[in-house]
Amino acid sequence: MATQRAAAGRTSGLQWLVLVALLSSAVASQVSTDGRFVQRVSPPDVSWIRSPDVMRRATLGFNALGADIYWIRTIQFFGDTLRSRDPNKNYDRLNSLLDITTGLDPHFNIAYRLGAILLSEPYPRGAGRPDQAIALLEKGMRAMPDKWQYPHDAGMVAYWWNRDYTSAAHWFLKAEALPGAPKWLGQVAASFLAEGGARDSARGLWAEMAANAEHEWLRQAARRGLMQLDAEAVIESLQQAVNKFSDENGRFPSSWSDLIGSRRIQGTPLDPSGEPYALDPVSGEVDVARESPLYPLPGRRPRP
Amino acid sequence: MKAIGIIAGGVFRDSIRDRIAYGLVFFAVLLIAASFLLAQLTAGQDVKIIKDLGLAASSMIGLFIAVFFGIGLVTKEVERRSIYSLLSKPVTRSQFIVGKYIGLVMTLLINLSVMAIALYLVLAYFDWVTPASVKAAWESSALDPRMLKAFALIGVELMVMTAVTLFFSTFSSSFLSAVLAAGVYIVGHFGDDLKHLDVTVNSWLLPVLGRAAYYVMPNLSRLDVKAAVVHAEPITGAYMAVAALSSGLYILTLLVGATIIFSRRDLQ
Repeated sequence: MATQRAAAGRTSGLQWLVLVALLSSAVASQVSTDGRFVQRVSPPDVSWIRSPDVMRRATLGFNALGADIYWIRTIQFFGDTLRSRDPNKNYDRLNSLLDITTGLDPHFNIAYRLGAILLSEPYPRGAGRPDQAIALLEKGMRAMPDKWQYPHDAGMVAYWWNRDYTSAAHWFLKAEALPGAPKWLGQVAASFLAEGGARDSARGLWAEMAANAEHEWLRQAARRGLMQLDAEAVIESLQQAVNKFSDENGRFPSSWSDLIGSRRIQGTPLDPSGEPYALDPVSGEVDVARESPLYPLPGRRPRP
Repeated sequence: MKAIGIIAGGVFRDSIRDRIAYGLVFFAVLLIAASFLLAQLTAGQDVKIIKDLGLAASSMIGLFIAVFFGIGLVTKEVERRSIYSLLSKPVTRSQFIVGKYIGLVMTLLINLSVMAIALYLVLAYFDWVTPASVKAAWESSALDPRMLKAFALIGVELMVMTAVTLFFSTFSSSFLSAVLAAGVYIVGHFGDDLKHLDVTVNSWLLPVLGRAAYYVMPNLSRLDVKAAVVHAEPITGAYMAVAALSSGLYILTLLVGATIIFSRRDLQ
């Protein structure tokens, strides 16, 4: 009996040994082939189906799950494209991914709100399509007509990226009329109609969103908006200093050290994210640096 | 009544012991647990994704069990010839059909309850680890009892699908029964499209046929309130009652139909 048990133990030990040896050789083969062959480049991800109606029928009652999958695809697509080093990175699929997500689940709140931010953000940090962002929010308004947040966000896009104050005021008035909307939206609309893009009104809008938006991503976008507002104010005063330097010296400063030397500024100016502002010695234009997370500022064309 | 109970008990014991059913329910529970990890990949939609995936997994696995066990309820007995010894006892064919149906439905409802408990446990853990500031943005609480309404209607849908599968298994092979049941499931979810075919098709005949199919087939899309409960939309008791009652009538029709077909079948 004891001999049999010992024999069984030896067999079992041998089996484990064989298993470990096989696994080791499999790993070794993987390591050796990895370095020897060129990795095949995977083909670009393609959306074979672009119609939300077709997708809704194809998911057979699992629409909400389909929407979740498409939402994860949207986030991954945006993240991959944003991080890509391709000089011609392309956000074209973003709109159709969001369209399918919200078509599968018309009550997918974050897909409308965050989707509008991703679509409206200027290229290369976003799709640079405020028109598509507003169309997406209008789709949300049709699905949930009582949500004041969608016309509010459409107003933000119209003001912030299109600098269309009349349209922004129209959206804010529409939002204010909906249940639960803050009453100050009407005041903001009035100030937009009277004074155009008053910076204080915009600051109030972003500050409210940074404090009260329901998702961290939206609050992050609002904090970025506030920093961009601060940067815009600083750029205005820096631009005045540059222009004065040019008037006195007949040329634009070649770097910030020229302005520091002439005691117009005290040190290299940094934007709210901590990056130095960019100064173009040829045109004398001051802007946030390309490396800054605040780049590009609204209303300014991305630099090559 | 006693005969029905004995047959139902037999089906229930067999299916509860079946390793495939165990495996499927285990897979669903694993999927529900994994949804916790999947939710980390998304932007602020974690609780929605856990609920969506949990409800979808419960519905899908329930459907698999209903179809793949349902197709064997009659055909297996006939193929194994065990039906002869069963029918030689004081058991009518209608009792046989109803007993088989009740047995499988009991199994399905127990499996569905296990999956519902698993989902609520995952959500309870998620609720526990989530800060109150994040929870404030949720459309409904993690442990929203309204999800039970979705589970109840999933249960009704599975009862309809079990009746459909049992009906087909009384006159066709296992494979054909599965295909036909899948067809009914697909058509059942195209209900509103069938009803309004005249909007998309330029023909007089197809819309008539589509509308006829709409009224004859059970409208399974009415039993799908998964997305609605996740978005905290109200599902009234009246809606639930009407949906369940209408489904009950389809189930009765199918069971009576299955009994008639099975009674006429020559098993000699």
